[in-house]
Amino acid sequence: MKSTLKMIGAGTAASVLALSAAHADDPVSLTIVSWGGAYTASQVRAYHEPWMEMNPHVTIINDDGSANALASLRAQAQAGNVTWDLVDMLPSDAQLACEEGIIMPIDHDEMLAAAPDGTPPSEDFLPGSLGECFIPQILYSTVLTYRPGAFPDDAQPSSIADLFDVENFPGRRALQDRPGTNLEWALYADGVDPDDIYDVLSTPEGVDRAFAKLDTIKDHIIFWTEGAQAPQLLADGEVAFATGYNGRMFDAIEVEGMEAEIIWDGQVVEWDGWVVPADGPNLEAVMDYLYFATDTQRLADQAQFISYGPARASSSELVGQHADLGIDMAPHMPSAPENYFAPIVLDNDFWVDYGDELRERFANWMLQ
Amino acid sequence: MAQADATMMGGAGASSGTEKLVTAEGVPLKRALERAQRRRKLMAFALVVPLLAFILTVFVFPIAQMMWLSVKNDQIVNAIPRTLEELRDWDGRELPDEAVFAALHADLMEDLERPRREQATGPMGIRLNYELSAARSAVSRTARAASGFEAPYKEAFIDAHRLWGDPELWRIIKREGRPLTASYYVAALDRQYDEDGRIVQRDENRRIYVSLFGRTLMLSVIITGMTFLLGFPIAFYMSILPMRHANLLMICVLLPFWTSLLVRTSAWIVLLQQQGVINTGLVTLGIIDDENRLSMIYNMTGTIIAMTHILLPFMVLPLYSVMRTIPPSYMRAAKSLGATPWTAFRRVYFPQTLPGIGAGGVLVFIISIGYYITPALVGGQSGRMISNEIARHIQQSLNWGLAAALGTMLLVGVLALYWLYNRLVGADSLKLG
Repeated sequence: MKSTLKMIGAGTAASVLALSAAHADDPVSLTIVSWGGAYTASQVRAYHEPWMEMNPHVTIINDDGSANALASLRAQAQAGNVTWDLVDMLPSDAQLACEEGIIMPIDHDEMLAAAPDGTPPSEDFLPGSLGECFIPQILYSTVLTYRPGAFPDDAQPSSIADLFDVENFPGRRALQDRPGTNLEWALYADGVDPDDIYDVLSTPEGVDRAFAKLDTIKDHIIFWTEGAQAPQLLADGEVAFATGYNGRMFDAIEVEGMEAEIIWDGQVVEWDGWVVPADGPNLEAVMDYLYFATDTQRLADQAQFISYGPARASSSELVGQHADLGIDMAPHMPSAPENYFAPIVLDNDFWVDYGDELRERFANWMLQ
Repeated sequence: MAQADATMMGGAGASSGTEKLVTAEGVPLKRALERAQRRRKLMAFALVVPLLAFILTVFVFPIAQMMWLSVKNDQIVNAIPRTLEELRDWDGRELPDEAVFAALHADLMEDLERPRREQATGPMGIRLNYELSAARSAVSRTARAASGFEAPYKEAFIDAHRLWGDPELWRIIKREGRPLTASYYVAALDRQYDEDGRIVQRDENRRIYVSLFGRTLMLSVIITGMTFLLGFPIAFYMSILPMRHANLLMICVLLPFWTSLLVRTSAWIVLLQQQGVINTGLVTLGIIDDENRLSMIYNMTGTIIAMTHILLPFMVLPLYSVMRTIPPSYMRAAKSLGATPWTAFRRVYFPQTLPGIGAGGVLVFIISIGYYITPALVGGQSGRMISNEIARHIQQSLNWGLAAALGTMLLVGVLALYWLYNRLVGADSLKLG
């Protein structure tokens, strides 16, 4: 009874907000920046379209600028001409932007919808996902993928350690050209417990150890830069292993029919979500939109279109089937229990602090 | 003095004595002419103004701003003025004393009261982190907790983050607590400051930029040489063909210009990769065996091949336009005077193509030195260039100061090379078409 009342309360609040927005202003156009491709498409279908249907005066313009969002946000703020309304970015970038004061601090309980049972957002969003200026949407992971045809049937790889074992699993490996994920995996394969990885990595000896492990496979590596390159290299048969984002790999395997298997061991888990540029042109409309687009149902809806896990605990039971393929999405989520057995949770604080130094070392290592 | 006055008076008198030429309106002819000329000059200038304004706003101004960014250093000065004042007499050896920590506390407290957009500790932390890893979290964590601190502040700060007990952080604060800095250039040259403030080489495993500059120069020279070797015969052949056929060839040369960069690059990937067309063809023909497929992409070879292809038109066009103007009779004359074909080519024809070679070479070299999309896609680890690092610092690490320092060094390097070229060959011999 109590929760029903709360739901009614929340519903009324939402409709009052929506109504006030509808009355307050004439046509609004919101520029929403995201990653493009299948990911933006999933946001359009889960968030934008229903919102525009409810609010005919709002037009949403999609901008695929997230890859360089940090630089653009800073440039817009310095020029005093903020044109973006809402930006999808990674939490480490959000932290930098937040400290620079170019995005808005968020009071999650005040600004976002509670769960259907009344749990406030600060408790409903998964632990560790909320940031001072950051509203998480999804949990994604960087996973190791391999081409079954590259190995005999009775000796298929199954762990991150196999990535570093060129004796038993020969063939080239496609890794991303950045230290993040690679260094974590090097230590994990070298026997470090996932929970201790960042403690080890913040010591000079730990860094040496990680690079020494990477040295063992250096001659077998092809580095990729753009997210689309990894599945392409696998599909072309150029490599035996490739690392990649689990959503892209899902798309390549399930939708495009590529021959590949995902290894969930040691998946590197990270959040992705919204930030609001400070002094944006349509703050009021953006806050209305955010209230809607980050509620329990909407986050669950997004998982019908892409295999990223919703960031709210209350959304997970609502995850259904893929909208076009009709397959159950739950087993393809990084957070599914059968996949989440040895996750490495990316430590953004660590990477904001040590990223510069480790990137230099990594670039130096690549050039040697 | 008086004498000089008299001479001047005399001079004036003399000139006024001669008969003045006037226009029909009675204006002295000299002044009317001057006026007309000034008007014409103004008109000419007015025609140039839009271009001048355009160049100033989109070219000169941004470059000047970039150079400014490479030395601008106001983040720390803005955030902790009192602390810097207290640090002035610190010798840089032992940890600073309590007065400095108290000043820092006062600075942080004052900053917390400002509106969020104007808070200066965030940018300061990010700035310090460029010099010392984890300095960012030292600042942000302490700033958040500072309102609960009580004297003695020294212990409170060190409790909040270990780095406050590290004299290195304080040396950096003191060194960078000035509105201008050279530290971005120091970093761009793979150097750093040691404990005594001297500039020394970085740890060996963190040096990247100098060798990247070297690699960029080397790749650009190779690419320029390749486009010359491939472009010279084509341009020569086109110049002796009848116009109709030459135009057809020209279209083939220009084709890369009209294709999207990504399409061209992807086409090279399809051709060159290990399971690609060329390797598979060679394996089928039995020239190489299946185990030893050639690595022609995702390394330096890939960068050289793809960029040579993309930049070829910039070499062929100036060469062709120069060769077209060389009369064929010169070669005939040389031969009729007894020169062998090779001597005639070497001593008569080739020297006349030098302006085209110079122009093409300068164009290709300067464009390739700043290229970054193609190397990023096909260069793998060994085919990277300095622009890839600049782009990364602009877009990802947000260290615009370092990016600006690297960019300025690249610009100065190109200008120096152009100056050298001018001294050796002469820029007036350039012929761009």
